[in-house]
Amino acid sequence: MKDVNVKTKSEAASPKLNNSITKILINNLVPIIFCIFCVAGMYYANISTKFLINSIIERMARNSFLVLSLIIPVIAGMGLNFGIVMGAMAGQIALVAITYWDIQGLGGFLLAAVISVPIAVLFGWLTGLVMNRAKGNEMITGMILGFFANGLYQLLFLFVLGGIIPMKNERMMLSSGIGIRNSIDLKGIKYAFDNLIKIKAGGLVIPVFTLIVVALLCIFMKFFLKTKLGQEFRSIGQDIHIAQISGINVDKTRILAIIISTVLAAWGQLIFLQNIGTLNTYGSHGQVGTFAVASLLIGGASVTKATIGQGLLGTFLFHMLFIISPLAGKSLLGDPQVGEYFRVFVAYGIIGVTLGVHAWQQQRQAMEKLKE
Amino acid sequence: MARVILDMKNIDKEYFGNKVLKGVDITVHEGEIHALVGENGAGKSTLMNVLFGMPVIHNTGGFKGEVIFEGEKVNVSSPNQAMELGIGMVHQEFMLLPGFSIMENIKLNREPTYHNLISRIFGEKMKSLDIKTMRSDSRKALDKLGIDIDEMLPVAGLPVGYMQFIEIAREIDKTNIKLLVFDEPTAVLSEIEAERLLKAIKELADSGIAILFITHRLDEVISIADNITVLRDGEVVGRLPSEEATVEKLAQLMVGRKVDRVKKEEKNIQRNNNGDKILRIKNLKVDMPGEEVKGLSLDVYEGEILGIGGLAGHGKIGIANGIIGLYSSQGEVYLKDKKIPLNSPKEALSMGLAFLSEDRRGVGLLLDESIELNMAVTALQVQNKFLRKMPLLTFMNLLDRKAIREFAQRMIKELDIRCTGPDQLVRRLSGGNQQKVCIARALALEPKILFVSEPTRGIDIGAKKIVLDLLLTLNREMGMTIIMTSSELGELRSICDRIAIIYRGKLEGILPPDASDVDYGLMMAGGYKGKEVS
Repeated sequence: MKDVNVKTKSEAASPKLNNSITKILINNLVPIIFCIFCVAGMYYANISTKFLINSIIERMARNSFLVLSLIIPVIAGMGLNFGIVMGAMAGQIALVAITYWDIQGLGGFLLAAVISVPIAVLFGWLTGLVMNRAKGNEMITGMILGFFANGLYQLLFLFVLGGIIPMKNERMMLSSGIGIRNSIDLKGIKYAFDNLIKIKAGGLVIPVFTLIVVALLCIFMKFFLKTKLGQEFRSIGQDIHIAQISGINVDKTRILAIIISTVLAAWGQLIFLQNIGTLNTYGSHGQVGTFAVASLLIGGASVTKATIGQGLLGTFLFHMLFIISPLAGKSLLGDPQVGEYFRVFVAYGIIGVTLGVHAWQQQRQAMEKLKE
Repeated sequence: MARVILDMKNIDKEYFGNKVLKGVDITVHEGEIHALVGENGAGKSTLMNVLFGMPVIHNTGGFKGEVIFEGEKVNVSSPNQAMELGIGMVHQEFMLLPGFSIMENIKLNREPTYHNLISRIFGEKMKSLDIKTMRSDSRKALDKLGIDIDEMLPVAGLPVGYMQFIEIAREIDKTNIKLLVFDEPTAVLSEIEAERLLKAIKELADSGIAILFITHRLDEVISIADNITVLRDGEVVGRLPSEEATVEKLAQLMVGRKVDRVKKEEKNIQRNNNGDKILRIKNLKVDMPGEEVKGLSLDVYEGEILGIGGLAGHGKIGIANGIIGLYSSQGEVYLKDKKIPLNSPKEALSMGLAFLSEDRRGVGLLLDESIELNMAVTALQVQNKFLRKMPLLTFMNLLDRKAIREFAQRMIKELDIRCTGPDQLVRRLSGGNQQKVCIARALALEPKILFVSEPTRGIDIGAKKIVLDLLLTLNREMGMTIIMTSSELGELRSICDRIAIIYRGKLEGILPPDASDVDYGLMMAGGYKGKEVS
């Protein structure tokens, strides 16, 4: 039996070079394709390096948190959690509250972070309950739940606030006194987070504090996956049945994964909006799920496997394309409208393409396994 | 005499009025290797389910009798409780997570942990994994088994033999283990691996763990066990120390049963065993998980009923599934002189083969469609029967409802299907009547060869006989060649002309239905090594 062992090791140690290169290429096909897009786009877009670097730093800082919130459900075998839209809603409800109470600055931001937690936990718990009844179809379930929650969200903000719960604030309410305006100025907390530590040097603006928070989240996730709970997530992600037989409470653990993801998404949305500075009441959360999922997928993650590195790389590539593609479209075809079209095309196209490529990779692996 | 670890007394268990265990007693001592032998359906798994308190037992009304563990009467209500008592199980199919390392698998959900800053606030679940202890514990367990393998390697890609050992390592790593159940541990192993495993089991027993060993391989039983209990039809039919046992004796105890020949007088009809070969199978390989066929060659004569028997997991089910094309297969199959293209159910069906699946409700029937449509659907798809030709628009042929209704009514009458009418949903029928609908559907194809898999599975006794009689009639009166696969040897012996026994994916031998129990037992346990008996 020892012989078998030695043999497999030596085979692994001296594979044919050509073979291993194609393997690396194929396994990282998605990030590579989008790297090529980025480089080509940069060539045609004709933009200043400074602008590019500034934009990408700003976008990395405000979006990474949301993308990272997707990782735990993937590890727990629940696929890409489109349900983070509900986390975003929780964050926005908290923001509306602190804006109404007119609590400004970092204090306001932190209060919003605290308020958003119980709301996100509730949403996450409900999402988890539904997903446990739809095992194997978590992704589409999450997406549809997002649409459904959007309906309730509109009901709350268009009717309940001012209609049932009395609210008086001319700047926030619609002129009829019932319902919230389409956009709310978040002056009070704009840059509340980013500005805590901010370096401005040579025309570059770096929101150091926000980047530190993202780094802390990464460290926390690393630590988290090495805890008992993290190991349970990984076990369930590999095989629900075996995890259950080993005595892991599968349903409860899955709900926990979704709750954690939803809370992180709520915080992510807060970080996102304090940077933007305006809350588009009925639209800000709309594409949170799609964009975050697209980012993660571009980084090379799949429905069953995602790492922090893939999340960060994907955020970088996705937003690089986001910055470049309208400009490239404009300089190629001379119409800024084409650029807008490009953005949407890119986001949805990416999800389609990556899911397709991953399916193809899986088929390929299965074929190779058969050949052995 | 060593201490008694487990004593199960007078265990009775019924599933819906069907007695599967009848007063079973079994006693296992400390350090003893006790073998439990029996055919499929003899009640071995049910007995183990009782021992482990599986939900399936409690959901079906519990059991009667006493389980005494270490001198105390226990009432095991869940597998977790069994684990706490110190009863472990090495599963037949591996319960391993392929992406985890060996160490992580051994320690699955029993990971040692230590406190960190966060766990002090948020509780137990946030404790960090103690990788060092996990490694050293796993190493210890693997060393105990004499396995020289890096505990950090991932399980995916390991040879099967190793996987079995990792499962065992997981059980012996549980500190309080007192009784270890092996459920056919050698079924998937090569002979060298099996030998190694048996040696490891012996060592475990020497260290004082009581071992309950379930297997079909009789030579193994005799070489390793101290005591042997033989189950048949839910009853203990033999209890003997291994010194007194021989393979023949065990085989006879295991299989022995009165064989009812159905309609014996008809057997006198001249059988054309010497007739033409209608089907020739050469080196067939089928990749059906759990029932792999590994190079089977077999000839079938025109007009016979050929039985295919063998123990579960040896590939008998895979043969028909492979030829029809439901699972990917290789090899050559000839119908008379024409080669049957494999991996294409449509081609196979249109060449005149028909198949009654063992998975009646899954593959065999459209449960939420009417009886008549179920009967017609295959012929409609494959042979364009029951269609009204449309002028010009040949691709838009319409269903010929009238012809379907006529056919269905004739079949309902001829096969005596108890239903409210041809438009009743198949889901509402009983198992036996569902099987008859399947048969009618096969008849609509007017097949040359009918493959039947487990025709009486899940059917009550009365209906069983009717289905078997029906198959016999089809064969005798319509001259249809039938190839019947069944786990119930008695059933095969009651209607088949010849019975092929499959062992480890290959043909072990062919027996006449009236061959002795010893021959059948030996052949199913692989004792013939390919010798032809006739």
